[in-house]
Amino acid sequence: MNVYRPDLSPLIWQVFRRHLLVYSRTWKVSLSFNFFEPLFYLAAFGFGLGAYVQPMEGVSYVKYLAPGLIASSAMFATAYECTYGIYIRMEFQKAYQAIIATPAGVDDVVMGDMLFGAFKSVLYGFVILLVIAAIGLVSSPWALLIPPVLALSGLLFAAVSATWTGLVPNIDSFNYFFSLIMTPLFLLSGVFFPLTDMPVIVQKIAWISPLYHLVNVTRGLVSGMVGIYLLEDVVWLLITAILLIPIPIFLLRRLIIK
Amino acid sequence: MEPVIAANGLVKKYNGKAAVKGINFSVEQRECFGILGPNGAGKSSIAKMIYCFSPVTQGDLFVLGMNVREKQRSIKERLGVVPQENNLDTDLTVLENLIVYGSFFKIPTRTVQEKSEEMLGFFELLDYRNEKVDKLSGGMKRRLTIARALINSPQILILDEPTTGLDPQARHLVWQRLRRLKEQGVTLLLTTHYMDEAEHLCDRLVVIDEGVILEEGQPKELVLKHIGKEVLEVGRGAEIVDEILKVGGTDIKGFKIVGDMLFVYPEDGQTLIDRLRPISDSFSHQMLRHANLEDVFLKLTGRGLVE
Repeated sequence: MNVYRPDLSPLIWQVFRRHLLVYSRTWKVSLSFNFFEPLFYLAAFGFGLGAYVQPMEGVSYVKYLAPGLIASSAMFATAYECTYGIYIRMEFQKAYQAIIATPAGVDDVVMGDMLFGAFKSVLYGFVILLVIAAIGLVSSPWALLIPPVLALSGLLFAAVSATWTGLVPNIDSFNYFFSLIMTPLFLLSGVFFPLTDMPVIVQKIAWISPLYHLVNVTRGLVSGMVGIYLLEDVVWLLITAILLIPIPIFLLRRLIIK
Repeated sequence: MEPVIAANGLVKKYNGKAAVKGINFSVEQRECFGILGPNGAGKSSIAKMIYCFSPVTQGDLFVLGMNVREKQRSIKERLGVVPQENNLDTDLTVLENLIVYGSFFKIPTRTVQEKSEEMLGFFELLDYRNEKVDKLSGGMKRRLTIARALINSPQILILDEPTTGLDPQARHLVWQRLRRLKEQGVTLLLTTHYMDEAEHLCDRLVVIDEGVILEEGQPKELVLKHIGKEVLEVGRGAEIVDEILKVGGTDIKGFKIVGDMLFVYPEDGQTLIDRLRPISDSFSHQMLRHANLEDVFLKLTGRGLVE
């Protein structure tokens, strides 16, 4: 057996269903908490600060900002799920150990967790999309394509977050993950301002940010300014996700199986 | 008939350090097979290899005729596992714990639901079906963990220290249920460091220490073989062991010193007590009792099972 190759079975869906069952109890509370934060950003930056800011890329600042918040709130929802969520199930609830005694293997469990992380991206991003559509900030039906893109980027964010969990399995370490990785991504991936006027080095760094590519896509789809260049971003997300997904499976398996 | 579990030269190492050092044993269908030993003897390592949680370092291990290195999913499909640590799903209710667990097996949903109800009845948990797991007592959690392990009607039930940490009443309830399962034809493999648990439940057992098998056989036979029927405990007997042996003479078959205590294995207990009467003033106390597996373990290792 090749240790680097994930050993997956359809039982990953049962793992996913277990998480969905638990989430169906708490979704109202957890969804509203995660949902208010981007709205605060939208209110403070979009409407507040936006009143003093000149139009960006030809649209009002709030219209510029809104699609970026779809992407960032999707990213954060998945990142929480695949750091704290995985860690608590693995370390405190020993849920991994229980499921592995069934025909499901550890790889199935990790993959199911990442799928659920991706599901949260779709859900939280979609809710923000609905809200900004309701207040008239969506100008194109292309926006309907956003959920499948969120599913793809969600898998990528899940892989990145679960990799951190596999490398530094310690609840305190997740603070560093959010302050050192997630927050800079959030600030420097084109959510708040275009990167075209930034120094070349910043643009180069942004290119390796998954959020940057997702923001490009959501902004394009929401505004209706769609072109073949958006496919580049989607392909970037796809390839990176495929490359990164096996890594947390390997790392977490190593933590659990001794 | 072919054994349902067969281990041959089985070795488990963690970072190069051996916890199980090349053991051989086999478990027959429908028997209750015990692995008795103190903490750290390697019991859990053996159990974890059988239920395909820990990879085998060396040697062969076959479960239901399948190699644990290759057929993990098929083996797990037909096993029930009660791990040492309760790992019930604290996000779910009692009933949901069984149903969600059952969903990982190739069993129709309807069957899982029926079986869940049946198991909750069997383990006297029906009244708690909609409670969160946190609300249950230690004994109830343990029963639920065993109920969960039976959801797929397994051929073999692996129990890793099934009653550690339970009060006597809760232990007896678990034992009763395990005996009933055995009557129903389930093969049981249990690890324990309680000699009374092993004596109560096991048809056959291996005594292990530091990763090696010291003895193997039926509990009663092992006690008879190594100790006899009775043990005379002599308080502060260690200090005057030579004198006791001299006075006791041929009535003493063997002995073991632990601290200042002397355990004497008599031919006949009452005869020996009578014979030792002239010197019994120098004992702090004496007690004649039935010999048990703890004595066997003590004789073989010089240590007790529970430290």
